[in-house]
Amino acid sequence: MSQTMNLKEETLRRIDEVIPRYPQKRSAALPLLHLVQEDQGYISPEAMEWIAAKLDLEPINIWELVTFYPMLRDKPVGKKVVRVCRTLSCALQGSYKTCSALREALNCENGDTSPDGEVTVEFAECLASCHTGPVVMVNDDLYEHVDEKRAREIAGELDSGKGSGAAG
Amino acid sequence: MAANERRIILKNIDQPGYGNDIDTYLKHGGYEMLKKALGSRPEDLREEVKKSGVRGRGGAGFPAGMKWSFLDFKSGKPIYLVCNADESEPGTFKDRQIIHKDPHQLLEGMLISAYAIKAELAFIYIRGEFPEGARIVERAIEEARQKNFLGKGILGTAFSCEIRVHRGAGAYICGEETGLIESIEGKRPYPRIKPPYFPAALGLYMCPTIVNNVETLCNVKHIVEMGGEEYAKIGRHGNTGTRIWCVSGHVRKPGYYEFEGGAITLGELIYDVCGGLQPGRSLKAVIPGGSSMKILRADERFKGKDRDGNAYDLGLEDLILDFDGIAVSGSLSGSGGVMVLDDTTDMVEALANVSSFYAHESCGQCTPCREGSLWLKKILERMSRGQARLEDVDLLKSVADQIPGRTICAFGEAAAWPVQSYVAKFREEFIAKAEEQAAGRKPQETGERVALV
Ligand SMILES: Cc1cc2nc3c(=O)[nH]c(=O)nc-3n(C[C@H](O)[C@H](O)[C@H](O)COP(=O)(O)O)c2cc1C
Ligand code: SF4
Ligand code: FES
Repeated sequence: MSQTMNLKEETLRRIDEVIPRYPQKRSAALPLLHLVQEDQGYISPEAMEWIAAKLDLEPINIWELVTFYPMLRDKPVGKKVVRVCRTLSCALQGSYKTCSALREALNCENGDTSPDGEVTVEFAECLASCHTGPVVMVNDDLYEHVDEKRAREIAGELDSGKGSGAAG
Repeated sequence: MAANERRIILKNIDQPGYGNDIDTYLKHGGYEMLKKALGSRPEDLREEVKKSGVRGRGGAGFPAGMKWSFLDFKSGKPIYLVCNADESEPGTFKDRQIIHKDPHQLLEGMLISAYAIKAELAFIYIRGEFPEGARIVERAIEEARQKNFLGKGILGTAFSCEIRVHRGAGAYICGEETGLIESIEGKRPYPRIKPPYFPAALGLYMCPTIVNNVETLCNVKHIVEMGGEEYAKIGRHGNTGTRIWCVSGHVRKPGYYEFEGGAITLGELIYDVCGGLQPGRSLKAVIPGGSSMKILRADERFKGKDRDGNAYDLGLEDLILDFDGIAVSGSLSGSGGVMVLDDTTDMVEALANVSSFYAHESCGQCTPCREGSLWLKKILERMSRGQARLEDVDLLKSVADQIPGRTICAFGEAAAWPVQSYVAKFREEFIAKAEEQAAGRKPQETGERVALV
């Protein structure tokens, strides 16, 4: 395990900044996991050990978080992660069709990630914007009223690198 | 803004030119109530909140002043304030509006509340799917710090307070207040058993802690402005102040609307405020407080006697829109998320959708919840995919009935109530599904396939 895990300097700086913000070190586990995942795309076993050591914890204490929280990933995923809300209000507005259209247009039909590893399409639970459904998140950005037509447009933008996810 | 809306919390939100920066907020009288509060004694502020009668807006509707009065001030341990910004109950999207569009209102409400309960460290637990919201709040905190509304010796007083933003990572159970506390502690968000772990005595780091919803904490600012007694005149007895209702599903104008307690009926909300249903459709059902709450059928009647002994006989559309008005129906107004279903909705599939959520989100600590929620989902998905059996409706009821009251947290109820209410109120639809499918399946059975189960 390398000293810095090949993390960007900015990430390392933010990690050192966030730990003392809490009365107890262990509280920084989730923020550190977010930072590492933002930097590396997922949390590798080495990263879990590294975070544990950083917080004076056992690796299992970090591993059990990664396996519990849906947003944390222990395997690499697409550079762009497309999350389609499948919960009732969005479903009533057609989010299952939206998801199929996105999977088809982004070549993610067999498994969640496209063969070139660029895009992952997956379902998410209620994203708290039920009045503008179907809603989709592409990395950090929210798209509203995404019907099948809009889904194909978004897919086109992502393919040509114009979409919000391009930077991520 | 819809007619007869009374916007207090949403007053400035969506107004032209109202940005989420501190200058805009200050131009609109921002942080004046913090100044006013800092000139009062904490115990007097707590008394005002008690007098206001304000009930928690996160789901349970517990009076905030009373919750605060349970705080253990004698333990000698630090006291913490936590803002619940997890907003994960399906159908709920009000806190997002406040966080994105008026974050300083939340900070001001929190700083006043922290002062009132003597907390010098406060947390905003914000769901992981609000990355933009988290950045907005972080920036607002830095802006407030620049002006000394936050940090050491606030506005020259002896009161210091820090606010930290803690991001969740996609787990609904983090909205349950003790699960939330575990999550801040860096553990799996397993809810704690109550008693003994009432947060007011044994909360974050086993210190006295108050957890309140975003909207509840915003209300505190307005209670300081008006005084508890004046605030209590808004709305009706036991339902003081305003409430933000989130309407989604099959209405023409879904959105968030703020009304005084008891100002309108559920029917007025659906038809007058939200423009009713699409042409040619009729109302089938309403979920009045987020998907965990019992569903109401459009043609149900609610009969009983009110507290003065007068008999009532109400239809769904007559239900008064506030905590007590909705409770008359046997359901609850929960998080204020009203989901409207029209006659095109297949109730078996709707329930399969809802139950899939709870199966995904159970934290897994309690066997009835972990196993039961998964069974419910599997039965309902099978029914939706053409394998419904006549006995399934009773099987669903039997599994659901074994969950509530046997679990550590109220998630057990949240998983069971939808199933219990859908199968009781739409039983004929579950049966019809099985009959249809049985009829359609017969030819298959004479083919080569041999049933093994
Ligand atoms: C399963 C479950 C999920 C919950 N999710 C939320 C939530 O997302 N946001 C929220 O404010 N309260 C939620 N609550 C309610 C909280 O436990 C708690 O009652 C609330 O934050 C208290 O704030 P209030 O008194 O201001 O309403 C949830 C409760 C349960 C049982
Ligand atoms: S009721 Fe369900 S969610 Fe709540 S503690 Fe038990 S298993 Fe976890
Ligand atoms: S149901 Fe999709 S955002 Fe709430």
